[in-house]
This record gives sequence, C-alpha cells and structure tokens, in this order.
Amino acid sequence: MTGTTGAALGAPAERREGRQKVTGAARYAAEYAPPGRVHAWPVPAAVARGRVTGVDTSAALALPGVLAVLTPSDAAGLAAPEDGTLAVLRTPDVPHRGWCVALAVAETPETARAAARAVRVDYAAKPHDAGPAEGHPDAYEPEDVVGQPGRVEYGDPEAAYAAAEVRLDVTYRVPPLHNHPMEPHATTAHWDGDRLTVYTSTQGGTTVRSVLAGMFRLPEERVTVVAEHVGGGFGSKGTPRPDVVLAALAARHTGRPVTLAYPRRYLPTVAGHRAPTVQRLRLGAHPDGRLTALLHEVTTQTSRVNEFVEHAAVVSRVMYATPSLLSTHRVVPLDVPTPSWMRAPGEAPGMYALESAVDELADALGTDPVELRVLNEPRTEPAGGKPFSSRHVVECLREGARRFGWAGRDPRPGIRREGPLLLGTGVAAATYPVQVAPSTATAEARPDGTFVVRINAADIGTGARTVLAQIAADALGVPLDRVRTEVGHSDLPPAPLAGGSSGTASWGWAVHEACARLAAHPEEGPTVRADTTGKADADSPYARHAFGAHFAEVAVDTVTGEIRVRRLLGVYAAGRILNARTARSQFTGAMIMGLGMALTEHSTLDPAFGDFPEADLAAYHVPVQADVPDIEADWIDEHDSHLNPMGSKGIGEIGIVGTAAAIGNAVHHATGIRFRELPLTPDRILAAPPYQG
Amino acid sequence: MTSAPRPGQHSEVTLRVNGKPHTLRVDHRRVLLDLLREELGLTGSKKGCDHGQCGACTVLVDGRRLNSCLLLAVALDGSEITTVEGLGGDGEEPHPLQRAFLDRDAFQCGYCTPGQLCSAVGMLAEAAAGHPSHVTDPGAPSGRPVPLDRTEIRERMSGNLCRCGAYPRIVEAIEDVIP
Repeated sequence: MTGTTGAALGAPAERREGRQKVTGAARYAAEYAPPGRVHAWPVPAAVARGRVTGVDTSAALALPGVLAVLTPSDAAGLAAPEDGTLAVLRTPDVPHRGWCVALAVAETPETARAAARAVRVDYAAKPHDAGPAEGHPDAYEPEDVVGQPGRVEYGDPEAAYAAAEVRLDVTYRVPPLHNHPMEPHATTAHWDGDRLTVYTSTQGGTTVRSVLAGMFRLPEERVTVVAEHVGGGFGSKGTPRPDVVLAALAARHTGRPVTLAYPRRYLPTVAGHRAPTVQRLRLGAHPDGRLTALLHEVTTQTSRVNEFVEHAAVVSRVMYATPSLLSTHRVVPLDVPTPSWMRAPGEAPGMYALESAVDELADALGTDPVELRVLNEPRTEPAGGKPFSSRHVVECLREGARRFGWAGRDPRPGIRREGPLLLGTGVAAATYPVQVAPSTATAEARPDGTFVVRINAADIGTGARTVLAQIAADALGVPLDRVRTEVGHSDLPPAPLAGGSSGTASWGWAVHEACARLAAHPEEGPTVRADTTGKADADSPYARHAFGAHFAEVAVDTVTGEIRVRRLLGVYAAGRILNARTARSQFTGAMIMGLGMALTEHSTLDPAFGDFPEADLAAYHVPVQADVPDIEADWIDEHDSHLNPMGSKGIGEIGIVGTAAAIGNAVHHATGIRFRELPLTPDRILAAPPYQG
Repeated sequence: MTSAPRPGQHSEVTLRVNGKPHTLRVDHRRVLLDLLREELGLTGSKKGCDHGQCGACTVLVDGRRLNSCLLLAVALDGSEITTVEGLGGDGEEPHPLQRAFLDRDAFQCGYCTPGQLCSAVGMLAEAAAGHPSHVTDPGAPSGRPVPLDRTEIRERMSGNLCRCGAYPRIVEAIEDVIP
C-alpha cells in the first residue's frame, strides 16, 4: 500500500511511532532529564474547605537533598489564570480537599516524597458542603452547556406527557468516574534565562504554551512545549493541569530543571473527573410506540472553582422524533474537586440513561427495541430542525442486528438459564457530535522528493502521526512512505487539541489544504502554510453527528452476582474511516471503557470528606483482560460531503456512548430486573429481591 | 511511622541489567523502577501507579515477571534484570512479541506496553513450566506445560492494565508467538 498513490486513506497503515513504543525508546514527559534535574512532590490539602494558616517547612528543609518547599503565595506573582484549577499556590484559600497547598523539591523522588510528608500544614477549616446534588437547594439551571443552551423545550412536554397513553417515568444514576490514563499527569520544566521549556503530558500543547506565557508573563515565543508521546488522556489532559504550572514555578524557584510526576492517588482531585449525574427520563408514547413526549432532566454538580456541567441531556435533542421535548440541566456548586471532560462528556452518561429508558419503553410496549428506535427515527434534528449531513443509525442497528444474530430473539426476560447463570442480550444506539476547529499546518517539499508535514498535533494514542501522513500522501498524490510528519512540539504550526473527537478532522483539514496547494502549485513551495480559520469554524446548515449501535450479550451469575459480558459488537457510521487499523483499536478501546462504566468503575464523592475514597487503581476498578470478551467493531461506508476534505467524523469517543446501556439492557433481558444505577456490581445484583440471601 | 528507612542510608548493590553489570550505591528507599529510570536511564519501564496496581513497571527478575515499583533495589543484589529495552537481546531485530504487538496494533498510547511485553514473556515461561492459573483445570496434570487458550491468556495478563483498551489485540499478539 505504500507504493501506490491515492490509496493511503482508509488503509490499515501501521503506527509510525510503534517501534519506539514497543522497544521502550518512546519518551514521555517525566523521562526527560536535563542536567541537574530534580523532583517535586505535591502536598494535598487535608480539609475540604478553609484556609492555610501556616506551613512549617523546617522538618522538610532539614532533610538532606531538599532544595525548597513552595507554599501558598509563592505563585502570587503570576498572572491570574482563566482556569481556576491552575491558580495553585497563589493564596492560602483551600477550595477542596486535595488542592495543592505546598510543593517539596528535592534531589531525588524519594527525598521529595519524604519532604512532602514532613511538611506540616495548619488550616482554619470552614464548614463544607460536598453534596449530594440531588434535591440540593442551590441547584440552578446553567445558561450554557458546551456552547448549547442548558435548557431546550418545545411543544409543551409536561402536558403532552400527562396526556400520553403510554408513560414511563424513570431515574438513572451514574457515579463519579475517573479518566485514569496510564501515564499520570507529569511535566519536566526548565528555564534557560527567561526562556521556559516544558515536556508535558497534554492533549493540547498549543494551549499549554499560551496559558504558561500568560501566567508567567512571557511572550509566547519564549515558551516551548514538547509532548512527543502522551500516555493517554481521555479528556483529563485536554486542558493544562496544575503539574505544568507547579513544575515551571518550582524550576524558576530553585534554578534547576524540575520533574513533577503526579502520584496516582492524587489524580482524582486535580485531573478532573466525570461528575455524577441523576437523570430523570419521562417518555410518553402512542401505543404503537411513537413518542409524544420526551423529558430528560439532569441534575449534576460542579466545584466552586469552575462551572463544568456534565451535559447529559443534550443527546435527547438529537436522537428521536418527538413532538414535545424538554432537555435540561441543573447544577450545584459544591466544595468538591473540579469535574471536567472524560471521554464523551455528556453523551456517555446521557445515552446510558436515554437508551436504557427507550429499552424500558420497548419492554412496556412489547415492541422490539431495534424496531422502536427505527420507528422514532427523526427526519431532521429534533431540536433545531436542521437536516442531518448524514445519519445512518438505522443502518447501524440493522447491520448490527444481522451480525449479532438479533433476529428471532425471544424478548421475554429471565428465561435463559445455564446452571446458575441467566443469559440476555441488549442493544443501544450511539451518537457523538462532529466537532472541528481551525488549525494551521505546513507542508514542505524536500529536494530528495520526500515531504514533511508539520503541525503541533498531539498523539495521545490515536495514531495522529500516521493518519496525518495518510491524509498528506493522498493530497500530495505520492506514496505514503514519502511523507514524514512532525507533531507534539510548540515550534510547529499551532493546532487545536486532541479532544472532542475533533483532532483528526481539525488537523487533517489544515494538512490536506497545505498538501493540496503544494501539489497544485509547486511554485509556491518549497513550504506551503495553511490556516483553516473561517472554514473549519464556519457555521454549517447541517446537523453533523456520528452514529452507531451497540449489541451486548451477558451472563448474570445469580449466586455470586457477577455479570460477565460474553460478546460486544459496535457498528458505526462515522463518515470516512481514515485508517482501518487504528480506528478499530479506538472503537474497541472505547467500548471497553464503556464496559468498565457498566460493570466495574465506581467512585464516590464522600460528603463527609469531600473527596474520593476510590482514589487509586486498587479501589477504582478499570476493566482488566479477564473482564473483556471478544469484542468486535466495524463500520458502514458513509459518504458525507458536508464535513471536511477527508469526509471524516470523529471516532475517539462514540465507542463508549451507549455501551453501558446495551450491557444494562442485556442484564434486564437476562434477569427481568431493571437496575438503574451504575455500575452493575455483584452487591447490587445480589441486593435484588430474587437473589437475596 | 518511625520504622521508615532514614534518609541518607545507602548500600552498595550489583545488578545485571539487560546483560550488563552495574554496581551502585542505592538509597534504601529506592525501588528497582526508580533505579532503572533515574540511575540507568532505562525509562522504558513505566511508572503508572507506583503501588503494584497497574503492571506498567513489570520487568523480569531472574526470569520471573515482577512489579519493579514494589522491589527495593537494596534487596536485589546479584539479580539478573531484563527490561523492555533488553527483550530483543543485542540484535537489531525486536523480540518476536514486540513484532507481534506492532502487527496486531496491540497498543495505543504505549504507556502500558513495556509492562505488557515483559509480563507476557514471563507469563509464557510460567505456562511452559506448568504453573497453573485461576482458570486452569484443577484436574490437569501438574508440572506439564499449560496450554494457553484465550481464557488462560486473559486471566494471566490481568495484572497489566491498559486504559486505551488494547486488550483484545494484546491477546492476539500473544497468540501469535505461542509455539
């Protein structure tokens, strides 16, 4: 495939950095060791709200090898960041437990750790309120969630629901969830005079540079951000995190290069998390299954540092035809760690609730859940009325049903036994919006006939280097092996983040444009620069979303309460798939995260302490090999000319959307019991009346 | 609380790492993972949790797979350590399992990958030596090599977390190198 032209896109090209990753040569942020490099260790706040009244650093500073202990006010000279989570060590105020109140710097990680433990912090604790959000008097309706109205309502949904012949009123709950990328957040920072270089683990180095330049009052050209390899992010590295500010501060303070690698247990309080949601769904329908009312009301929480709303009700504006709709959010600011993006924020919990409720409606009507979805397929986007640029959710459901062997399924729950096991199958649809942002990129023709594409994209495991080379090769009309890509360095042309499933579309658009122009007008070369501002961010007359369908088979052990997923299938319609190999890996990987959301991942925001007891990987259970069955992901050919020059939609997140609902629906099919709170752990199964004792 | 080693306490140890001897004066608090990463520049072994919960730091110690974040270096005098950098031996060619990981796209971000590779190499040796796992048929004769079907591989590789969810591809890659 590398020897022909025009054939790179869609091909299963191998990851370009693969050899480095399997030999251990790929270097991540904490693995850069400029001469004299030392280590930092944070001291997390031990109260949920209050003020630091004193920091006794004498015992820490007395340890051999300790260089400094930074305390609140050491960052007072920095400019105030827009993102409140970065305002560390600026004031003695403690907005939540785990907030960084001091930072020890020492010659070795062991000494830094010992020094952090030896720091004595005194607090004036204040009464705190860590929820729960449900029924909280401070709940308010946010005006805006991710650029959309917090509330959308049309067609008098309350009256329509009251008048509906078939009514369903159910509440679903999703707990706090943690991103936990395998590489903890880390930065190595060093100063050379008034030039700052950071090696950092981020999904968006361009933003890191502008934030650091702003806070440290430097022109952007004096800040270099390197993120060549990033050990996963899943949203938690989508914005700069305290590590990058603290490492830069500590390096300036000590005059030494500093590495700050966050300990795993500290991540839940400083790296963002998926906020818990309580979702009330009311579905009104005709007896034939057609919806007459859809009401999706989400209650969630945020911190007092930033307003972040887990926009779970947004999916109800996209999925089903309904003459009346209420889609709304209420959020409560609490003295808790700040929630943020976690893979498919909004869509993942929202579609868990909506697709579970649709399954309940199918059950109540005695209708097949695939057919009920097909029956309620909208002609245009329900909220807003825009035509879809492409929408093949029905095709995904049909193709998935065919491959899964859905036909002939006995809908009766609780009747398939295998010894102590009850078996069931379930389905759920998936959706994720098409997002794209302006980017710049350059393409250079080299005298030896090769080409170099440069862009400050981030490869967080998606295979960005590889897919951008494929886009470039086809746009240039040259074989893939003649194109080299450079990403992950702020000297490269600025680019938006790897997030919102928008990276490849945003970066690829600029790469495509630069390469297409270079191919058409070589005289403009050797280097052509493209900037998609005005194009990539232009308003579209179309509603643009990716869609999909998930099918699951489960076995529920009625003795132990354990649920095992036996089969999981995802079929997607996500525009043109640009690299079959890496796309399949992203789809199945996200489905596995959805399996974790359904069965194993459980955090708690403890109201007494305002913190997560399940802080590490022993207590917070991400799926392991033994949890994961044969998983299949595939896609249907979708041609959509209203997206970008490649015709692609994003693929990084849709795999998690609806997976938990498909598994939950299968558990209902197996047991006849509707569990409405995630995760479906054995204790919850055994608490159901038939299995007690 | 008071039993923690006091700072400044050091001892000399000699380790063979990827075939090369290293004699080092180590801080008694130093674990093998930090010795590899900070003193020998072998950053292939990853720190994912530092508590033996994720497996990213897995290396081979005298042929056995172990979490290097849980091993105090001072207790390893005379040990033979193999890290991901040493799996391929001295040659240019990667270990067959490394090649299989590339062929199967058995990783995404790559951060758990060195641990997965070392763990799989150790796991294959355990099965060949007849070590049973939780899912091995209790009636199987002891001491004989345990055939590795997917259930066995998944069970035996469950100490190595992968948040990108490359699990199915990792199983395929391991199957590719089973003799």
